[in-house]
Amino acid sequence: MADKILEYLIFELDGLGESTYEVDDPIGDDFSVDVPEELMRDDLPFPDVPEVEVVRHYTRLSQLNFSVDTGFYPLGSCTMKYNPKIHEHVASDARFAMLHPYQPDEDVQGALAVMYHLSELLQEITGMDAISLHPAAGAHGELTGTFIARAYFRHKGETQRHIAIIPDSAHGTNPASAAMAGFDVIEVKSNEKGQVDMDALREIVGKYGDEIAIIMLTNPNTLGVFEENILEIAELIHGVGGLLYYDGANLNGILGMARPGDMGFDIVHLNLHKTFSAPHGGGGPGSGPIGVKEHLKDFLPVPTVIYDEESGMFKLNYDIPHSIGRMRMFHANFLVLLKSYMYIISLGGEGLRQVGRLAVLNANYLAAKVKKYFPIPYGELYKHEFVATGKVLKDQGVKTLDIAKRLIDFGVHPPTIYFPLIVSEALMIEPTETETKYNLDMYAAALETIFREAHENPEMLHSAPNNAPIGRLDDVKAVKQLKVVYTEEE
Amino acid sequence: MRYTPHRPNEIDEMLRTIGVSSIDDLFKDIPEQLKEKAEGAFQALSAPMTEKELSFYMDNLADENYDLFEVVSFMGAGVYPHYVPSVVDTISSRGEFYTAYTPYQAEASQGSLHVSFEWQTYIARLTGMDVANASMYDAGSATAEAVYMAIRIHRGKRNKVIIASTLHPEIKEVLKTYLEPKGTIIEEIRYDKETGRIDVEHLKDLVDEDTLAVIVQSPNFFGIIEDEKDAVEITHEKGALYIATILEPLAYGLIKPAGYYGADIVVGDAIGLGNYPAYGGPGVGFLATRSKYIRQMPGRLVGETTDVEGTRGYVLTLQTREQHIRRAKATSNITSNHFLMALRATVYMALLGRTGFKKLAYVNYKIAHYAKEKLEAIEGVEVPFSGPFFNEFTVKLPVSAQHVFDHMAAEGIYPGVPLHRFFGPAYENYMLIATTELHSKEDIDGLASHLLEVIKNG
Repeated sequence: MADKILEYLIFELDGLGESTYEVDDPIGDDFSVDVPEELMRDDLPFPDVPEVEVVRHYTRLSQLNFSVDTGFYPLGSCTMKYNPKIHEHVASDARFAMLHPYQPDEDVQGALAVMYHLSELLQEITGMDAISLHPAAGAHGELTGTFIARAYFRHKGETQRHIAIIPDSAHGTNPASAAMAGFDVIEVKSNEKGQVDMDALREIVGKYGDEIAIIMLTNPNTLGVFEENILEIAELIHGVGGLLYYDGANLNGILGMARPGDMGFDIVHLNLHKTFSAPHGGGGPGSGPIGVKEHLKDFLPVPTVIYDEESGMFKLNYDIPHSIGRMRMFHANFLVLLKSYMYIISLGGEGLRQVGRLAVLNANYLAAKVKKYFPIPYGELYKHEFVATGKVLKDQGVKTLDIAKRLIDFGVHPPTIYFPLIVSEALMIEPTETETKYNLDMYAAALETIFREAHENPEMLHSAPNNAPIGRLDDVKAVKQLKVVYTEEE
Repeated sequence: MRYTPHRPNEIDEMLRTIGVSSIDDLFKDIPEQLKEKAEGAFQALSAPMTEKELSFYMDNLADENYDLFEVVSFMGAGVYPHYVPSVVDTISSRGEFYTAYTPYQAEASQGSLHVSFEWQTYIARLTGMDVANASMYDAGSATAEAVYMAIRIHRGKRNKVIIASTLHPEIKEVLKTYLEPKGTIIEEIRYDKETGRIDVEHLKDLVDEDTLAVIVQSPNFFGIIEDEKDAVEITHEKGALYIATILEPLAYGLIKPAGYYGADIVVGDAIGLGNYPAYGGPGVGFLATRSKYIRQMPGRLVGETTDVEGTRGYVLTLQTREQHIRRAKATSNITSNHFLMALRATVYMALLGRTGFKKLAYVNYKIAHYAKEKLEAIEGVEVPFSGPFFNEFTVKLPVSAQHVFDHMAAEGIYPGVPLHRFFGPAYENYMLIATTELHSKEDIDGLASHLLEVIKNG
């Protein structure tokens, strides 16, 4: 298919020496057993590659990745902050990593203590009444939350509630999760400030009334703008018996400064791999705990962790009266929880407040520098992130995609692009609190350079990146000549 | 700890550039009452710790756990602890891998994308299928997503799912939760009390034109390898899809995979391939299928392409299935998956190779059969199911399994997982026992001698 390659596929390394991995037989030759012929597999098409070449192959591949550990990564809505190394060190300790999910509670008191205390801390941080650590990721938490809303209304006999109201600026997961829980999605538009248009919302509420199940909001929203009317929105939705769902992807922008529970939200999900510094792992594992108010406590998934006064022990609790059931096997993404627990207790209350405050300082500072070249259509104050537009380079024939690809050449990661959908040629930038002023200045300078290049030499931007491990990749070809597994005959 | 690098004079300078006089000014848009409540709540949280303090604190907490190296454990039931080679930890602890995000910018993410392409190929080959996605959360949610996929393939025209009674009870629970909003009917295939396999005749009775899928786990929850050949045939006769689930994919190094028998979707968990038991998570779900169903798959998919110079590279592909494009009409809401665990499994399979993987699978099989022979020799201990098994089997004891467990746990042995936990008092004397290459001959002999002792003493 290709003339040139960047790195072999492991399958192409077959025959490069022998496999050197040794497997011993602890039982020995005194005992033998046959495998029934009809069950036996003939061939296992895996390559045999010596250990040294396996290590080199994956080490080389790692070097083709951009990461937080290699540079500034202001990917909007993803909160790419620094991931402390002590967390990785502790999480690889056998006393945490080598635990079986069915061990008796009394033998895993350390693990259960972590889960119990983390639940309590997240309760305080969000202002909610109960927490479940069960969901595996943010979107999984959302799904859990929408299932809880569904179960709650069915329990109350309000099965006519089929509407989920979602702003046009929302993450794509919101409508997707709502649809999976059987809700019909009604989009509410944003006003000129980038916030929920209250007139449009009142109209929807007036029209659908008790058909409304939930409104799903991100606050600050995906434009990085705080929904100033949040208390009024809560009143409006609660007024018709609906629930407020909080998408916690953007919590970093208000950490310690406002709590979703106080805003009136009934259900909250968190992304521990965003706000609470568990690494993103190249796309997971995440962890998406959810928090609920008192009236929804009895619908949480199982299990939760409780403290039993009598025995003085932490225990897994499966006794939740109207539980929606399980969303996954076993208890939670425990090792991810462990990292966020360490983050929270080592920063302490004041340290967490500083996270929120400095994340916002960084976002506003970078916004002030960037908007000289790339306007920011919505908002004056930003929280964790801001969304600029690349459409000013339209006359030069330069697109946001070109800007993003060119940024790679400057040794930084591009922002999230073409999202949210309500900003054309969107550049969504979230610097996080762990970046120095110097890095922000360099990023702004890179964008300024690109702005100039667009006027002087737009062709060069179309071919970017030029200093990356690989040139611009052909997405269309990937779909048209679809190839998702390696085959030998080529 | 703190990870904020700002000098005080820099903060002042930044505020001047923004045009405000304090950080508080940046929060003017938040109602006062919200800020007051938050401040109070955060002030009540604990004081910070240094890295040294955190390290000691966590060390004490870790001591409150008995890990699987401190006891001899025969617990499986979905999580099978295996030896994790150092190469796996070395590669997965590279920051370039674990501090990256989902590879949205392909040119800056060739490492992750290349690995995902290899993982997709490994999973397709291991399961005997055409294609696999870039990973799921776990086997439970992956099985549920497979049913959603089957619903899409049938265009919502069929409404019944038939599941093996020998499916892991927790997968059954996940299915119940996920399928409730869809109104899908779930029926169970009885299992044969002699063999421990599903009753194929009963499957024949249950499957009809309204059946969208049949779900069978093999090796099943009792450890027994199912007769998938007949089950697939019966399923396909009525036009339903066959979804195979596997929680110990190492077995496919020895036995024919579900794809060989004609499965339409194979899902499972690779927590046993280079990952730690981790108190049950994170593991890594996988989903493999036939080429014709590729557009109905949930989750991320990596495809091959070239750059402007013709150099081979990898990108996220068929994204029009996904939530960030299709929103409410997406095939799934999944975005983050379990890439890092998939990376570990990929490195693990690469290191073992076909030779190592096949041998390890056989060794697991052998150890379990040795254990079965040893235990069966004890008077009063029965192996109730005659079906073939891989590295896990069920025993029926003359006394309560929990009683045996409690006595042996006190001696530093977890003899297995008592089944009453899942099936109630009718299974009071049943224990599920798993063995892997982590067990020595002495461990197994010790299990047998301790069991004999506990039974003797009642």
